[in-house]
Amino acid sequence: MGDMIVSELGQAWSEFARALAHLLPRLLTVLIIAIVGWVIAYVIKIALRSVLRLVKFDHLSERAGASQLLNTAALPSPSELLSQLVFWIVWLSIGLAGVSFLGISVLQHDIATILSFLPRLLVALVIAFLGMLVANFFARAALLAAVNSDLPSPHVLSDVVKVLIVVLTISMAFEELGLAERTILIAFSIVFGALMLGLAIAFGVGGRDLARQFLERRFSDDRARRKPEDHLSPL
Amino acid sequence: MADEDILSDDLLRQLMSVGEADILVGIHTHNNAKTIGQLVQIVREGLLKYFPRERVAILNVDGGSQDGTTDLVRAAAISDVRDATPFYALRTLHCISTKYNDVPSAGRAMHIVVAAADLLRAKACAIVAPESSEIQPDWMNRLLRPIYREHFDFVAPVYGRQRFDGMLVTNLMYPMIRAVYGKPIREPRPGEFGFSDRLVSELIGHELWTQDAGRIGPEVCFTVSALADDARIFQTFLGPKGHVDHQPADLVAALRQTVAPLFWSMDSTYASWNAINVVQTLPSDGPEYEVGMDPVHVDLTRLHQMFASGVVDLQDVLKSILSTSTLAQLQSVAALDETNFQYSDELWVKVVYEFAASYHRSVINRDHIVQALAPLYRGRAYAFLTENLNASKDDLAEHIEALCRTFERLKPYLLECWTAQEGGS
Repeated sequence: MGDMIVSELGQAWSEFARALAHLLPRLLTVLIIAIVGWVIAYVIKIALRSVLRLVKFDHLSERAGASQLLNTAALPSPSELLSQLVFWIVWLSIGLAGVSFLGISVLQHDIATILSFLPRLLVALVIAFLGMLVANFFARAALLAAVNSDLPSPHVLSDVVKVLIVVLTISMAFEELGLAERTILIAFSIVFGALMLGLAIAFGVGGRDLARQFLERRFSDDRARRKPEDHLSPL
Repeated sequence: MADEDILSDDLLRQLMSVGEADILVGIHTHNNAKTIGQLVQIVREGLLKYFPRERVAILNVDGGSQDGTTDLVRAAAISDVRDATPFYALRTLHCISTKYNDVPSAGRAMHIVVAAADLLRAKACAIVAPESSEIQPDWMNRLLRPIYREHFDFVAPVYGRQRFDGMLVTNLMYPMIRAVYGKPIREPRPGEFGFSDRLVSELIGHELWTQDAGRIGPEVCFTVSALADDARIFQTFLGPKGHVDHQPADLVAALRQTVAPLFWSMDSTYASWNAINVVQTLPSDGPEYEVGMDPVHVDLTRLHQMFASGVVDLQDVLKSILSTSTLAQLQSVAALDETNFQYSDELWVKVVYEFAASYHRSVINRDHIVQALAPLYRGRAYAFLTENLNASKDDLAEHIEALCRTFERLKPYLLECWTAQEGGS
């Protein structure tokens, strides 16, 4: 009995040792791949950051209002953020590819799924970032136009423009990710429809006078719609 | 854009039939049927009277008029001025009309005139605004003589104005250009002006034609180019400004046509103005400044309210453009009621200089910077109106002169903003 136990333990140990001996080189390979991946990702990050600085990406983002957005969220500059993002995506991709080298069949399927998801995640993030820039730009344009046209509540108009573009951007980003496509689409349709209906009712019923004034100003003769300020030409 | 792209085949054919010209007069039209017929007649009369021996051409560049403007130009060109006047041309007076296939644009039209002047080798050119209701035949002499006979490069007009007309010119454009470029150009956005062949050769390939500033406000770019090129400039008094009714009623449009081209030009000509610290006098004929004292009708309360609410509503935008101290001062001014309102010259000048520096650095979209100036200008206009409502002509002139001196005194501040921001970028 004792001999049998010793024999089984010995066999188990030798199998474990054989498996370990079989796995260790692979683990080492994964570790090397991870280190090489880190170096590659780091080099790409540095190169990308230099290119972005060369093309004055931060300056462009500042003009578009993205920098203010990132500052508010206590995030680094746009070029730093983008290069960090690319670094992590590249390193994660290489690392996961290395893990699949271990030959664990359960992991391989999940890793393949994650790897196929990463490019879509990157595209979704780019869509979200660009969407925020566009939203900021048009919100500011709407605010300036409303202030200079002396419209009431210019911030409301600006915020509506921003919310619409942000909602559209989020729905596009989620669609790219393939997450809750229908839910997002339906939610967007409901929000958009409700907003338009609300605006139509508010403008048509609540703001009849405003609507009349707007239409008068829009379609009446240019001279007739000049306000007293305009009797003095600035030029 | 090359000359051949600017000049259509039809226009080229017409210009080739002219050959060479000593003098070219350009008129940019777009639905100006009400005034154009008489204007062309007066231009022709002036040219026949003052330049009977020269080879002269009138070029009408039309932006797609739908009201028969070009037909009226052709009719005016063939009608016999000699019947109405005692003046006779010793050479053929050519009158050419062309249309360009583009959205109506003063810059595009002016580029065509400059390219045509280059092709015709005209020694002196003049631009005449199509809505000039006060034009007289002797304007041709006043605009062209200094160039053709006295070898000046640029002739800028001086108009008689009502006292509060053109406050954007008197409170920003004139004093700023005077301080920055050291030359007191009274009308930096002239409806009528003259220029030499030397200036044509400088401007023919200029980048201004491809920029928004040049497309929308070519007159300002033209004027500033003449200043930056150290051209010989002459100012001539033309009489009352006759096209006030046709100026943009929209303040933002006016800013786009004047302030945006000025800021853009300052950006591209920094090397030529940064060291200037003396204001020269310019040779001129006629009065340098003339104002009428007609009563003024303006809603001052609305101006004040638009300034105050504008500063509050645009706080976030202004934060990107102005320094913290200037914005704080503006906010204090915006909080004042009408009876205690004070918007000093110094604050206004600092605002304008910081806007120019921010435009240079493009801290936000450049058009947004220009739009954000509108409420601040309204505040300045309100202050200027209330301070000068009962002022005499001399007092008004003195107040504008004092503002000019403030612009000049604070020029180092402009350079500081300009270079500090460059260092930070």
